[in-house]
Amino acid sequence: MSAATATKASGRTPFKKWCDENVGLFFLIPWIIGFLVFKVYPFASSLFYSFTDMNFFKGIHQYGIMNYVEIFTDKATTTSLLITFKYAFITVPLKLVFALFIAYILNFKIKFVNLFRTIYYIPSILGGSVAIAVLWRALFRDDGVINTLLGYMGIQGPSWLADRSWALFIICLLRVWQFGSAMVLFLAALKGVSADLYEAATIDGASKTRQFFSITVPMITPVIFYNLVTQIAQAFQEFNGPYIITGGGPRNATTLVSLLVYNYAFKSNEMGMACALAWVMFVIVCILTVIAFASQKHWVYYAD
Amino acid sequence: MKLETRHKIARFFQYFVLIAVGFIMIYPLLWMIGATFKSNAEIFSGIGFIPKNPTLEGYKLAVTQNYGGDINIWRAMLNTYSFVFPKVIFTVISSVIAAYGFSRFKFKGRDILFSIMISTLFLPQVVLNVPQYLMYNTFGWIDSPWYLPLWVPSLFATETYFVYQLVQFMRSIPHDLDEAAAIDGCGPVKTLYKIICPMLSPSLVACGLFQFMWSCNDFMGPLLYVSTPRKYPMSIFVKLSMDADNGFSWNRILALSLISIIPQLIVFFAAQDSFIDGIAAGSVKG
Repeated sequence: MSAATATKASGRTPFKKWCDENVGLFFLIPWIIGFLVFKVYPFASSLFYSFTDMNFFKGIHQYGIMNYVEIFTDKATTTSLLITFKYAFITVPLKLVFALFIAYILNFKIKFVNLFRTIYYIPSILGGSVAIAVLWRALFRDDGVINTLLGYMGIQGPSWLADRSWALFIICLLRVWQFGSAMVLFLAALKGVSADLYEAATIDGASKTRQFFSITVPMITPVIFYNLVTQIAQAFQEFNGPYIITGGGPRNATTLVSLLVYNYAFKSNEMGMACALAWVMFVIVCILTVIAFASQKHWVYYAD
Repeated sequence: MKLETRHKIARFFQYFVLIAVGFIMIYPLLWMIGATFKSNAEIFSGIGFIPKNPTLEGYKLAVTQNYGGDINIWRAMLNTYSFVFPKVIFTVISSVIAAYGFSRFKFKGRDILFSIMISTLFLPQVVLNVPQYLMYNTFGWIDSPWYLPLWVPSLFATETYFVYQLVQFMRSIPHDLDEAAAIDGCGPVKTLYKIICPMLSPSLVACGLFQFMWSCNDFMGPLLYVSTPRKYPMSIFVKLSMDADNGFSWNRILALSLISIIPQLIVFFAAQDSFIDGIAAGSVKG
């Protein structure tokens, strides 16, 4: 009784005081639980499994680095890693160049700018769907729209999806087609470049091309950087395109790492191997991201 | 005079490029719409998108077909939205709560937690897939009739991207408002839903819309966690029916595909400014 009165007098117990100081923490409780259960635990156990021969039905019988040894010696995995690099290094630059180019044009005082923006943006919003992957298969069939069009021009088109050298490119094209979201970001950045800079440059006699490379590009490097990092991370995780359009074929020519991870884990139930491969990919993406961040000071210009 | 001519030529090229590239971008979709009204014989006979003899055959087949009586287009659609809607709502609610905690309060360890949260942006889902699958398997969630693995995580603000975006937006709301609310006797919870949420509503809508699109498109989630045909969502159903008779009846498959994205197209056209502003505003800053 007296304790309660004392508390009332001072207004707060130590516990209540702690609560008042850490109100914010209470709002983070759901996030913390989610982070621990759905992120930290899977992350850690993935690393653990990668050093085991974890099989969905047989469990674990062996520990060691054999998965990693296999990844760097087995032809299936090394090829898959190479293909993924190729995929990323085709898709990301093409996508960014297109996005910047179209955004640059849209930034001139264009009429119907919103209409154009919408048209360019639609593929980004739908592109991830199975429907569009189905459409892609229809377009690049042997007798599909693309080859019919080439036929009109007297060109015998290849069978895109059955040809080892073309299939990957067609998968890349599906993602390049979705340059709209990167474009919207570029456009917003371009609008932020001060008109004074261009005026000054025009007075100094700089050509439009010169202005583009000496003013526009440097001023929007933060957005180029952001797009680059996010697009690389996305490219290395590409799954839907190859899974739905080519199924990884022909003869594994489009088996990107994510697809191979899926095949190991859920087709042959070699979950340890799948985890190891996912980790190799993760480390690669981390290294690329770190390189990008480290290179920032040489080419990214932050105004503020 | 000369400058003006040059200017005009430049203008012409700008519009020319925009229209030409725009046409190439959008043509596949136009062709797809046209193809759904063509007969199978006509679909691959030319590149035009206007059908010569329009037929509804593709649509008729698309809406009537079912696999062993278990699944048809309507059920697949129902299945999709039965987990997409909870997922969208829970994502927005849980993300705004987490963002509120991160952006409006000072407490020990907040900055560390915030950096940890940001770092999960770079954590690829592929790394987590296998252990998550095994974990849901122990929970008995695989092939759950309620699609538990697809939406339960969204109760816990696991979609870092949205938390991050909302933190950015919340930082732009002046703190005076919270303080005024506190003086008027609003507790932190009340401040969140009486003051912050209304001010933030455009961003909340944008987050919800993006999550809607992404969840409708989600293919890998259902692929891993839904195995009973009766419970297939649209994304799996479309893939299944494409595999089931490959190259045989394309008007049906394309009609089915088109129907599957119509709700998304409607949502997009109804709210396109939200989408584009949402993209442009969220992530540019540094």
